[in-house]
Parts: sequence; structure tokens; C-alpha cells
Amino acid sequence: MQDSTPFLQLLGISKKFGSVTALSKVSLSLHQGEILALLGENGAGKTTLMNILFGHYVADSGSITLNGKELPSGSPRHALKAGLGMVHQHFTLADNMSVFDNITLGTEPLFAFRRKKSEAIRKIKDLINAYELDVDHRSLVKHLSVGQRQRVEILKALYRDTRILILDEPTAVLTPQESEHLFATLRLLVDKGLAIIFITHKLKEVIGVSDRCLVLRHGVVTYEHRTSETDMDTLAREMVGGEVPKVEVLPGAPGETVLSLHMVSACDRHGFSLLHEASLHLRSGEILGIAGVSGNGQGHLADLISGLLSPSSGSFELLGEEVVRLGPVDMVRRGVGRIPEDRTGTGLIGDMNVQENLILENYWKKEVSRYGLLKASFMKKNSEEITSRYDVRCGGEELPVRMMSGGNMQKLILGRVLSEKPSVIMANQPTWGLDVGAATFVHSQLISASRSGAGVIIISEDLDELFKVADVIQVMYQGSLSAPIQPSATNAREMGLAMSGHLDVFTMVSPEEACHAA
Amino acid sequence: MRLEPREQSSMVLKAMVPLGSAAAALLVCSVLIVWADASPVEAFFLFIKGSVGTRFALSETLARTIPLIFTGLAAAIAFKAKLWNIGAEGQLYGGACIATWLGTGMIDLPGWLMLPLLFSTGALVGGLLLLGPTLLKTWLKVDEVVTTLLLNFIIILLVNYLVFGPWKDPMAMGWPQAKGVVDAAVLPTILAKTRLHMGIFWALASALLLWAFMRFTTWGYQIRAVGFNPVASRFVGISVNSVVIRTALISGGLAGCAGVSELCGLKGYLTLDLSPGFGYSGIVVAMLAALHPLGVVVSAFFVAMLSIGADSMSRSLNISNFIADVATAVSLLAVLVSMLLARYKIRWR
Repeated sequence: MQDSTPFLQLLGISKKFGSVTALSKVSLSLHQGEILALLGENGAGKTTLMNILFGHYVADSGSITLNGKELPSGSPRHALKAGLGMVHQHFTLADNMSVFDNITLGTEPLFAFRRKKSEAIRKIKDLINAYELDVDHRSLVKHLSVGQRQRVEILKALYRDTRILILDEPTAVLTPQESEHLFATLRLLVDKGLAIIFITHKLKEVIGVSDRCLVLRHGVVTYEHRTSETDMDTLAREMVGGEVPKVEVLPGAPGETVLSLHMVSACDRHGFSLLHEASLHLRSGEILGIAGVSGNGQGHLADLISGLLSPSSGSFELLGEEVVRLGPVDMVRRGVGRIPEDRTGTGLIGDMNVQENLILENYWKKEVSRYGLLKASFMKKNSEEITSRYDVRCGGEELPVRMMSGGNMQKLILGRVLSEKPSVIMANQPTWGLDVGAATFVHSQLISASRSGAGVIIISEDLDELFKVADVIQVMYQGSLSAPIQPSATNAREMGLAMSGHLDVFTMVSPEEACHAA
Repeated sequence: MRLEPREQSSMVLKAMVPLGSAAAALLVCSVLIVWADASPVEAFFLFIKGSVGTRFALSETLARTIPLIFTGLAAAIAFKAKLWNIGAEGQLYGGACIATWLGTGMIDLPGWLMLPLLFSTGALVGGLLLLGPTLLKTWLKVDEVVTTLLLNFIIILLVNYLVFGPWKDPMAMGWPQAKGVVDAAVLPTILAKTRLHMGIFWALASALLLWAFMRFTTWGYQIRAVGFNPVASRFVGISVNSVVIRTALISGGLAGCAGVSELCGLKGYLTLDLSPGFGYSGIVVAMLAALHPLGVVVSAFFVAMLSIGADSMSRSLNISNFIADVATAVSLLAVLVSMLLARYKIRWR
């Protein structure tokens, strides 16, 4: 290693929340000039560990030493002062301010007669040049691409003289090309003496960019190794704690078209374009993956099919019938199953219990309520059936569902949707934030639903996921959809190009051809 | 100092909430009583005696419970849907006005028809008074806290005009009050020589009905869904605006009933002291009950006990009866703080 004494050392960190052990005797060391990948599933304790490092939580035991000095626990101010910087997965930038203002915000004294602007600009320009963080300090953040915004976040940290940079799932919002660019930047940063902790669950990136890797599982460090001497299979096994469950993808047999969009555009109330001439054909028995960098209209496409958004032009056909101004209830009635992106915010009502959440989409049906009275017997039977069939583990049917884990919430929504036997399923980011076990369950349920005749749309920002389960993929960029392409006929590079706006990369193959190739 | 969420609130902790808050409220009020040169022990004894200690005291407390149940329910259902109805006071007077208009000789009906008519028209007027602010909220996003609160003053000034002007009873020796309601419109007392009237059954029935409504009907289900999570409600196709408007009609209606019941059961005629702020106390009642309709009955009794007991105590000890208001406020704060402490723990550093 570069240096025998570690720059940052965490020793025997333990933390309990009530009776739950979040971290147990976790030790970690980080040297200058090194990239450490911190791996682990959701709930493994990565976030808790970082929160302790930054002083947001106080560890029950253990110590943090930075540059030979002990860091006082529970003091975010000391952590920042000692040179810790973090780039969050969800950026913390003010959209309506310039890059310069975003970077310097909070670093200036409150009572100064004059801002030393030229000096600050010089410093930022130096940083931009030194680390090849190509971004203009005068432009407004709202005009920047996601990759550029991330660079602003990194600049923000560097401007504060960060010596240890922590990145939380930094590639989740990037195209493959943008990720490559980020990795190059990170290498440059460590070459100049920074130390980096890279939090991720994507194994490919760990192998690609890190020097060392550390796996957390259930709050315990289960594996620590030099990256060059390990491989993805080992890491996957260590992360999951056993063999990685495999999704069995049965061959599909696409049938009739169940849903089709032809040149559909949609606008919001202010005339701002949400969808632009998007076309797709979904057949029964088929899984259509929608790829794209987040915020390119995937949510609006989901809203359209969920009955929350009406097209302003183009044609929208569902099961051979034209859809005109249909609301969510009509869509459900016509056999559309909807799995929204935000489980807690949109899919479920956290303060209601399992029984009540399970009838959200069908409480108006005859078997659920009559004369305006809910049928308690149905609700009970329904929830018993669904929780056992979809393996939903809840502390009790009377407890509010916000107490449940993300995986169980998603199973609950999945159960609610699939038990209605929908002919179209619209799943927006169905495995986002789930651990491997739950994600595999969701995938296999969606696959089996499609193989028994439903048309399934999966919107995902995770290309690997789509390559794994989708029969056909379309890329979304600024409200438009590319032509469909089969995963076997393309690669990550082409997908990345399409995701950054070159939607025509697939049109070498005509849409008709791709549609009927299978 | 900072708050950290507790993983789980134990049963012991939950049981401590009412006890702890009662003790805290008692302690704070004792300080005030000592300050007013009286003995807290004697004061406490007089307080209990004056609120529930005698047949008359208990009847007074129960009579005071009636309007508080109505306004408490009005606040509870509105808050459940996140509709911040601060206008129960005005809606109460609205209900009382229509009952005065219809019930002082305008129409002639037997009692079994008259009272239901007065209650339903009172509820209608109360509901309509809340409908305006609610439509402004749903159409134009006008904040209903402001509009409902200010509407109170408009309505109370209107009542002022009525009892000093066109409705002034010439037989009242110059007092600003309207004519008394006809005999058929009187809610009879149920206990001889007390002011406890039939309104208590109307109030209890309302609480029971509202509880069943919220729990067993699809409308109640929609109201809870919208209040907890409007985004999810919209996603499943519940029309949030229409649910909020329906809730407003029910909430305003319940507040209107409070006015009718006070007018026909207790006062008999419309005056400006028909309600010493029952509309506002209803908010306290609802919060203490954690918005549970049956809990409202209990907390309404508790708040009534506080005001009747403290009134009686201050008269006996000759100390300011503002102690009663302070006691109510302190107990509410104590309960809210202890509910917070049951969910979070304090970390000093």
C-alpha cells in the first residue's frame, strides 16, 4: 500500500437502534491515494456507518481517527473541518443558482463587506483544470446535465478542501459513458492524494475502479480484500451471504398487442412538454424494458399508462380500444396493474394497515364494499391470501405498513396488483432499493405474470436489470422513445449513446423488424 | 439537545403519557395558585369538588361536555383529512342563527319534528359556512386556516348586528338578545333542577356515528386515505378535492349542531355569550383525543371538567378565573409534549 499508517481509521464501531444491531464492531481503514469500495445490500449498515463518520449519529462504541487525531463523535462540524466531504446520491444543489453560487454557498463569512469573488473564481477554475471537471462556473444548475451536476457536487466538496471524498451510489443516475468519465475523475483525484470511499452495490464498478473493497452484511464486515485479487462472484456471494439467487427467464411467446402508443405527446398545465411523440407496442406475454437516465420522462410515461396523465395528441390504445381521458379507476377496471416508482409516497399509505392498503385500488368493487360499507370479512380474507401467497412479512395486520421493510412493501404492492390478474402491468423501478432476495422475487413474479399472458412494462435506470429480464428494450430521452431493440442485439455502449440523446442508434434496424424479430 | 426517534414505544411509556402530562399540568398550575396566594392542595380539592364532586357540579360538567363533543368531532374529522378548520366558532353561531330564525315562531311544528329540523338546518348552515373557504382552498389554494379563522369574526359581528338590531327581543329589558325559542324547540333537561339536557344523547350519538362512519364506510376510508397521503389517494383514483369538500360539509355540520344544541338545550335564546370559545376549545379536544371520535367524548369531558372545576375553584378561593384557561392550555401542551416524548427521546450533548 501507499502508506503504512492509514489516513482514516475506524475501529470497532458498534451501533444499536433499540434492539436492532445496525453495526457490530466495524473497522475500516483508508489510506491516502486509495479508492475503497464499500459494498453491501440495503440495510447492511452502509448509511449508518457514514452517518457515524459524519457525526450525525453517535456510535455506542468504537473510535474514529483521522490523520492521527481522534475525531470527536457526534460533531458534524469537526468532521467537515477535518476534511470529510460527501456526494450524495440525490444531489443537494439549488437549481436556480449558478454553479459558482452553489459551490461557494455557506463558505463565506456572514458579515463581510465584500465577497472575495475573484479569488473564489480562481480557486474554482484551478480545481476545474486540475481535475478535468468540465463545467462552466457561470451556468445555472438547472441547465446542467446530471453528469455535470455531479461534477458540481464534487467541486463543492473539493472547494472545501476535502481530503476524504465519500460518494454514495454515484453511478445510479449516470449513463455508462458518464460513469466512465466519473471513474477517470476519481483516479485523477486519488493520484493527487485524496482518499475516496465509494459506496455501491454494482459489482462491475467495484472491480473497475477500486483498489480495495469491503463488504458489509447485517452490520458486520464480512469480507475485505484487494480488488485485484478478487472477483465478482466472490463479492456477490459475500454480499448476499450465500449463493446469489438466479432469476429464471423462461422464453416468452408474445401474442396480441395489449397496449400501444402511437406518436403520443403530453403537456403539463403550463404547456411544458412531458412526452414527445412517444410510440410503443406492448404484446401479451412480453416484457418491455424502458431504459434511460432518470428524469427523461419515464415518470410521465408511467403516469400516462396509470391514468394520471392524458395525451394531448397521438393515439393510445388499450386492449384494442382507444383510451380517451381515463382516470386511474378506469385503468384498473380495464386491467392495468400499476406498480409506482415511489412505494411509500404513492403506492401505499404508510399510516394505514395491510388490510386497508390492499383494497386501495379496488375498494369500490362489489366484493369489497356494498352500499358504501366496507366488508371486513373480505378485507381479512384478502389480506391473508395475499400476504401468504406473496410472502409479505408484516409485524401484524393491524400495524401501519410504514413499519415494514422496503422489500415487504413492494411485495404488498405486487400482491395487490397481481391478484387482480391484470392484462397490462406498468412497473416503474420495481426493484429500486431492494436487496437481492426481494429483487429476485419481484423479477420472477413479473416474469411469470408475463408468461401467463400479461404484457409487462418495466421502467428502470439499471441497465443490467433490463438486460436480464426484458424481451425488448426502448430507450427514453427527453420524453421521446427510441425504436425497440432486443437486448441480445445491442450492448452497453449503444445503450449509453441512446440514453444521452442519440435515439436513432437503433433505427438501423427498422421498428417493424425489431418488433417481429422474436 | 436533540430528538432521536425511538424504535418502539413500549406500553409502559404509552401509559405514562396521560399520567405524566396530568402531573406536569398539575405542577405548573400549582405554581400559579401559590403565586395567587392560595393553597394548591385546597385548590385541587375544590377543583375536584366543583367539577365532579356533587350532583350539580357533575351535571354542569356534563352540560359543558355537549358542545365540546360537537366542536371536537368537527375538528377531528376535518383534521383527519388535513383540512384545517379553525372556523367552528363561526359555524356554531351560524347553526344557532338559523335555529333562532326558524325556532322562534317562524314555523310551528311538534317537538319530534321541530328538533330534527333545527339540527339538520343548523348542520346545513354550518356546513355551507365551511364550504366557502374549502372551495377557495381546492380551487385557488387559499389557505383555509386564514379564511376560516377570519370568517369567525364576520359571523360573530353579524350576530352582534342581529341581537342589537332586527332580532332584539323587546321584552329583554334592553339586553342584546333574541327572542326565546318556542317550547317545541326546547331540548328538555334530563335531570331535575339541573341544566343537563337531551343534547347529550345527540352528541354521544354523533360521536358513535362518526366513529362507525370513519371505520366502516368507503367514505370514511377515503377521508382517512386523503388525509394520510393525498398523492397515493390521487394515484388510486380518489378525487381528493371532492373528499375534502365532503369532509368540510360534515365538519361544519357538526359545529353547527353545537350551536343548535346550546341554543335549544341550555340558553333558550341567542346571545353573544352563547359560546365562550367552544369552537376553539374543540380543536384542543380533538388534539387531546388524537382525532379519534370516541376519544373526543372523553377529552371533551376532561376539558369541560377543567373549565367548570377551575371556575368553581377560583370563585371559592377568590383567585382569577383565568387560571382555568391557563390550566386548559397547560394540559394540552403537557399532553402534546408527552406524546412527542413517547415517540422521541431527548439526547443532551
